[in-house]
Amino acid sequence: MPDESHAVAPHHAHQFESAEQQLETARLGMWAFLVTEVLFFGGLFTAYTVYRMLYPHAFTEASHHLDYIIGAFNTAVLISSSMTMALAVHAAQIGHRRRIVIFLALTILLGSVFLGVKAYEYHEKFVHHLVPGPNFRFEDPNARGAQLFFSLYFAMTGMHAVHMIIGICMLSTLLVMAARGRFSPQYNTPVELAGLYWHFVDIVWIYLFPLLYLIRGS
Amino acid sequence: MKTSEALAEQPGPALQDFNYLNADYGIRSWLFTVDHKRIAILYLVVITMMFAVGGIFATMIRLELLTPKGDLVDADTYNKLFTMHGIVMVFFFLIPSIPATLGNFLIPLMVGARDLAFPRINLLSWYIYMIGALFGVYAIFAGGVDTGWTFYTPYSTSASQTQVIPTVFAAFVVGFSSILTGLNFIVTTHKMRAPGLTWFRLPLFVWAIYATSLIQMLATPVLAITLVLLLLERGLHIGIFDPKLGGDPVLFQHMFWFYSHPAVYIMVLPGMGVISEMVTCFSRNRIFGYKFICFSSLGIAVIGFLVWGHHLFVSGQSVYAGMLFSLLSYLVAIPSAIKVFNWTATLYKGRVSWQTPMLYVLGFIGLFTIGGLTGLFLAAIGLDVHLTDTYFVIAHFHYIMVGGTIMAYLGGLHFWWPKITGRLYPEFWAKIAAVIVFLGFNLTFFPQFLLGYMGMPRRYHEYPPEFQVLNVLSTAGASILAVGYMLPMIYLMWSMRYGPRASANPWNATGLEWQVPSPPPTYNFDEVPVVTEEPYAYDKPERRVA
Repeated sequence: MPDESHAVAPHHAHQFESAEQQLETARLGMWAFLVTEVLFFGGLFTAYTVYRMLYPHAFTEASHHLDYIIGAFNTAVLISSSMTMALAVHAAQIGHRRRIVIFLALTILLGSVFLGVKAYEYHEKFVHHLVPGPNFRFEDPNARGAQLFFSLYFAMTGMHAVHMIIGICMLSTLLVMAARGRFSPQYNTPVELAGLYWHFVDIVWIYLFPLLYLIRGS
Repeated sequence: MKTSEALAEQPGPALQDFNYLNADYGIRSWLFTVDHKRIAILYLVVITMMFAVGGIFATMIRLELLTPKGDLVDADTYNKLFTMHGIVMVFFFLIPSIPATLGNFLIPLMVGARDLAFPRINLLSWYIYMIGALFGVYAIFAGGVDTGWTFYTPYSTSASQTQVIPTVFAAFVVGFSSILTGLNFIVTTHKMRAPGLTWFRLPLFVWAIYATSLIQMLATPVLAITLVLLLLERGLHIGIFDPKLGGDPVLFQHMFWFYSHPAVYIMVLPGMGVISEMVTCFSRNRIFGYKFICFSSLGIAVIGFLVWGHHLFVSGQSVYAGMLFSLLSYLVAIPSAIKVFNWTATLYKGRVSWQTPMLYVLGFIGLFTIGGLTGLFLAAIGLDVHLTDTYFVIAHFHYIMVGGTIMAYLGGLHFWWPKITGRLYPEFWAKIAAVIVFLGFNLTFFPQFLLGYMGMPRRYHEYPPEFQVLNVLSTAGASILAVGYMLPMIYLMWSMRYGPRASANPWNATGLEWQVPSPPPTYNFDEVPVVTEEPYAYDKPERRVA
């Protein structure tokens, strides 16, 4: 959470001895938070692994109903957003206000494109009765396993999307702060930490994409 | 908030007269504080209220079990009573108990810092707790929940007709409060230690809280995602755990216990830290085997992650997995026993004095040992098949949670009460209360070992008449225990106004928290302290007397 009292000058909150200690502490805090996020998604990956072993054929069948070209496109979008995020962090470190704003805006834009494509995919699943629940239709002996696949598909990509939305909200706040010239080579911790979070959310997708779209037998 | 900061930041001699309690007044100064000591008090108030709520459910359970017939409440109501007793006590009292109150108050003081690493996240975690608690209380008033505190699927996702969604959501929300508290402590211990305060000069309470925080950080997110999946299945009728829809209910149990077994150590490790502090102070003796106690805390935290399968011995888990989990469960006994032996060795040739905190220490050591040894019974697969879901299990974990954690919590509250409030509690009444708690506890729960061994199952509101004598003893013990819990509430509150003023260090104890005034000023230390000695130098001549 950005601190009101942090102006351009490298001053630090009351509990710290120095700005350097404050920076190190904030970094460790963010990494520790990301560790908890790994465990959070870890639960989903565990469930996926267990059910993939229980229903290998159904999972392969169901995977064919996901369009890997769209998935690959979204992967490319997300990796590009990681690059623009990294450039925004770099711009903040050298204190280039205009570039911070541009790169944050690009990151937000790419993140939104990803979510837009995801929404389109969800809509397609809805149209084709692939949303688990009473309206689920799957003409196959493996229907039960396929429904589990789609339960996990929505839970995993849904949780990922929630994290993307939180990330976009964070970046939007930083965008406003950057436009007001709040970041400098001496003080840019919030941009750096938001970058860590953004890359983490990307990495989750890097695992989701092959697990859901690409492991499909033939 | 503005005013409190303005007051505290004023330089000059006037600062000396201010402590964290009188630095500012009014409800806003409490609700918007970022002072770790005030946040500790906020937690203390609400978890005491939640303890009372859980206690009311316990009272009704014990009253129903006074007679073999189900005459006070019907079976459905009884299901709700034990469920809500468990949920309130586990998620809203025991998990936050010592870390959020004593931990919050003491960690910055013990590491020589002006506050935790992230004071506003600390306040945020209290608000998250409150949001969770509101959902929990709403669920109670909306009719309660009857799944058992473990929320086992598929009953919780399809069969139960009670308030599952708000209750599970409450547990989900309150988990984030726990995660953030743990994260804050971890970062504080790493980055905020005073000069000279190396890892092996840290008080053992800090080590215990550090180990606890690791579990909070690593296990709680798994519970969070498990509860999300449960909510999705119940709310949207999509299949995840329900076998009707192809799901695996045992997977839910694995994921639930992957958190909830380590959570047992979230509850008891902080208590062990409190005991380590008090046993050395009231023996006027160096702690025996300091490093062994440090590493046994970490050892319990690590092994605690590898034993969850012992909750699934009768759930259809593979027998080989069961054997492995049984073996690993035995391993937890090693670091636990190291602690018990080290505490008793600390007493040896010490100058033991019998103040109230020491009475709780001795109570803890005895009760924890019984609770721990009966845990070994349950870790043995063959015996566990006989004892699963009987009162033996109930007695076992109450010896750890109540006989262990709550004894340590009460002892710690007494020990640090002068520091927290600046007042001394009445020693006479406190000793009486400590003895009553010990006797009442044993009378309540020891008969339950016998009942369980004879085969009385848990979670039923009726039982065969031959079990009545032991149940009457247990209920009688519960009423004594209730008196034992009421007494401290009364005299501690009384002492806040009428107790004699406490000096900075009424116990002549080591530790940085005793070097600042009682109660401490808002920013704890005027100057950053420099630590030059080991933590428990009670063998120095000036420390030999209390």
